[in-house]
Amino acid sequence: MSDSATWTHEGFEMVVGLEVHVELATETKLFSGSPNRFGDDPNTNIDPVSLGLPGALPVLNRQAVELAMRIGLALNCTVQSCTFARKNYFYPDMPKAYQISQYDRPLNIDGHLEIADGIVIGVERAHLEEDTGKSTHIGGSGRIHGSEGSLIDFNRAGVPLVEIVSRPDIRTPEQARQYVNELRAILVEIGASDARMEEGSMRVDANVSVRRPGEEFGTRCEIKNVNSVRSLGRAIDYEARRQVALISDGEVIQQETRHWDEGDGRTHTLRTKEDADDYRYFPDPDLVPLDPGDEWINTVRSQLPMLPAARRVRLAEVTGQAVDSEAIATVVERRQDDYVVAVAEIGGGAERVLVHVKEAFSEQGSEPSVPAADLAALVAMEVGGELTSTQTKTLLGDLVEQGGGDPKAMAAARGFEAMDTSELDGFVDDAIAADPDAWSKFCAGDGKAMGALVGHVMKASRGQADGKAVTAILNSRKG
Amino acid sequence: MSTFQSARSIAASVSTGESSAVDIVSEHLARIEEREEEVHAFNLVLHDEALQSAERVDERIAAGEHVGPLAGVPIALKDNLCTRGIPTTCSSNILDGWRPPYDATVVARLADAGAVFVGKTNLDEFAMGSSTENSAFGPTRNPLDTSRVPGGSSGGSAAAVAAGFSAMSLGSDTGGSIRQPAALCGVVGVKPTYGAVSRLGLIAFASSLDQIGPFTHDVADAALLLECMAGHDPGDSTSIPQSFPSLSESLDRGVAGLRIGRIVDLPSGADADVVASVDRAFEVLADAGAEIIDVTIPAFTYGLTAYYLIAPAEASSNLARYDGVRFGSRVEAADTNSMYMATRGEGFGPEVKRRIMLGTYALSAGYYDAYYGKALKVRRLMAQDFATAYESVDALVTPASPSVAFPFGSKTSDPLAMYLCDTYTIPSNLIGHPAMSVPFGAGENDLPIGVQVLAPAMGEPTMFAVAAELERSAGGNHV
Repeated sequence: MSDSATWTHEGFEMVVGLEVHVELATETKLFSGSPNRFGDDPNTNIDPVSLGLPGALPVLNRQAVELAMRIGLALNCTVQSCTFARKNYFYPDMPKAYQISQYDRPLNIDGHLEIADGIVIGVERAHLEEDTGKSTHIGGSGRIHGSEGSLIDFNRAGVPLVEIVSRPDIRTPEQARQYVNELRAILVEIGASDARMEEGSMRVDANVSVRRPGEEFGTRCEIKNVNSVRSLGRAIDYEARRQVALISDGEVIQQETRHWDEGDGRTHTLRTKEDADDYRYFPDPDLVPLDPGDEWINTVRSQLPMLPAARRVRLAEVTGQAVDSEAIATVVERRQDDYVVAVAEIGGGAERVLVHVKEAFSEQGSEPSVPAADLAALVAMEVGGELTSTQTKTLLGDLVEQGGGDPKAMAAARGFEAMDTSELDGFVDDAIAADPDAWSKFCAGDGKAMGALVGHVMKASRGQADGKAVTAILNSRKG
Repeated sequence: MSTFQSARSIAASVSTGESSAVDIVSEHLARIEEREEEVHAFNLVLHDEALQSAERVDERIAAGEHVGPLAGVPIALKDNLCTRGIPTTCSSNILDGWRPPYDATVVARLADAGAVFVGKTNLDEFAMGSSTENSAFGPTRNPLDTSRVPGGSSGGSAAAVAAGFSAMSLGSDTGGSIRQPAALCGVVGVKPTYGAVSRLGLIAFASSLDQIGPFTHDVADAALLLECMAGHDPGDSTSIPQSFPSLSESLDRGVAGLRIGRIVDLPSGADADVVASVDRAFEVLADAGAEIIDVTIPAFTYGLTAYYLIAPAEASSNLARYDGVRFGSRVEAADTNSMYMATRGEGFGPEVKRRIMLGTYALSAGYYDAYYGKALKVRRLMAQDFATAYESVDALVTPASPSVAFPFGSKTSDPLAMYLCDTYTIPSNLIGHPAMSVPFGAGENDLPIGVQVLAPAMGEPTMFAVAAELERSAGGNHV
């Protein structure tokens, strides 16, 4: 995308902060022992706490705290002793009519996330809270108002969430996309969440305002119902332009919550500030303050895996490629960088390994089916001149298809005989003899003439000769 | 003073086979049969269930099993304690038809100790009141004078013990709801240290203040019952994670060498007969070797105000779950919001509505700091003042209730007059300390007076030593 560096519209810039909710990949719910599992039959993963039955009490899930701490530490936050609060509002799929969340003392504060070009986006806080149930409204518009009835599935009620709130440091749609993509990569890497926007395990709301550079922040609108990274960019671009248009017409932006409509590509008023709930936050008296303590924090920190940014740097160092190259981004995103490093460690040729993995392993996961030693052997043959790049590509396809194999045997099976130098020398002799005109032009410095000579060699060898090796011989003959 | 058999004596004779649990339970059921219509202590008498569990106790004893320290003891449960499969109403129409799918931790522990449950007792709706006149099912009458209230909110449980319907009962105390009815009915009532007894399965009124505690004929029975139900419960995050101290050993300790505080700046308002009894209590304790020391607790007088902000604030949130969606009564209406309003409008009584409104207001944006926030400051001040007092004393003695049992209707038209019943009991709830009422002397119309003994957190052994001394000198110890 080209809008990474700047986004301006009629002299205004956009100011965007993102609130990202992620479902944690815990075994059980945040405050009860029911399984935290997506896709089960409705109302099968429930218990008195999930249903908010009278007399039920929450007990905090240690695994959820640990995953939330991982998120905080991966985002360079300070992890602190914290408290839980109740956020009170009525909704049928909110069993207790309050959500247990964190308010004035969140678990993680003051972090940051670096995106491309060294741009750093502040992370204000990343706090724990519980998810609600899920309503399906029957009849009418599909919304609660005007529907004939509602069905509620409480399987999701009480699933642990971490809400990651960025500072309003984002200035372009591309930065917003990069922030979400990088965040998602981190969450997956640290095992905190599968972070799938389509399945709702990662949900992004955007706070958007506009201003002339250097001015105070403008009034912001919160955009909800953004269901993909692509939509995020479109939604904030639309919203910022809408606000600029209003201001240009002399109108004042009203603080409100707006709904992104994927169909018409616009945002629509959901509720205004006057309609906003007063959540009446107060400390949840059923829970005690949580103090993780230095020992636990340090243990969690020491167990953090290498994060995507560090993985890109390592891969760049190993392969000699630019850290922001597409191949490195792609391979790290697919979490195949450990594999590339392992293959290169066996047989060298790291740059070739990177290219092959990027090109041929798009359908493979973080642990490709081709044994590292097999790919290393193939790359060694390629680098050693035993195979042409075309042959290498063919054998790479075979390796992927067969889930590995001995490249030497596979080359033999395909008749990719390695040509020794004397044989190649013979073909070159023949080519010079067959086209002396080309040879003299080549010797006079006409690079184009080389193509004809190489073509002769390829034809005579029925494509078995390595073009690079032929070029090398021609150059050495030229003297 | 009541003349019924103590629970200790029942358990001893049932355990040795001297008497049968069935006979014991039948005697109690017969007394219920005789006077329940007049007293109305129960929302539900578990006649058949009680006889069946008594039979099982007898069978186990016949088989040589050790049943437990409450073998065959008839116990009544306040109807805000969840009982599996048995209606649990909180004396509210809004829980009509609800049967909890679980037992409260205390219910399970007492059943394990061999107790037999004879019924669910009446209370002020959701434990909000001081006379049991706020029940949706009609008031409970004081067995000692049926023209008067039994106190509240645990009026049914106090009356059940006073009338000999059960040897013991459980109540809950949020601002005095055990100690005040104990005083008015002439029985022993204990509010334990916050966190000493699990709240799991207690339907919450104000979670940071609620504690379950015993009503008994005498101090030794209270010690026995509390020992059976106290102790850490991992299902309640506010449960104290340490073992509960033994109390039985403290009963004969006496008060020699103990320093007992008289609060010189105690709020006035207690009737003369009550004041005289408390004065007499200090004399008795001094005669028994205690040192009586004057202390000041300036914050004491602000307790009532702070309580009537904190308790309703928590209640407004705790009671939001009664929305007609998942359990209890539902009044059908055109849409969800109308259904909420109709269900809650018809399901809750006037005192509950008053407190929900008070609490909602106290937590609202713009009012939080002035009301709820300030109440929390009073709570901290109260804790400091008590801590200072306990530097020079081991226990404190005050009235439990400002008056003896009062006639029906005498305070119902004036909520503030009713709230003043809690003046002396509230501070212990605000700071989580234990306190108990022990019958000591009589007042107007020969009605019983309760003297309150207070101790620091987990100071129950000292508190029971003082209460036992008062009981001995009042001649109330049972054999």
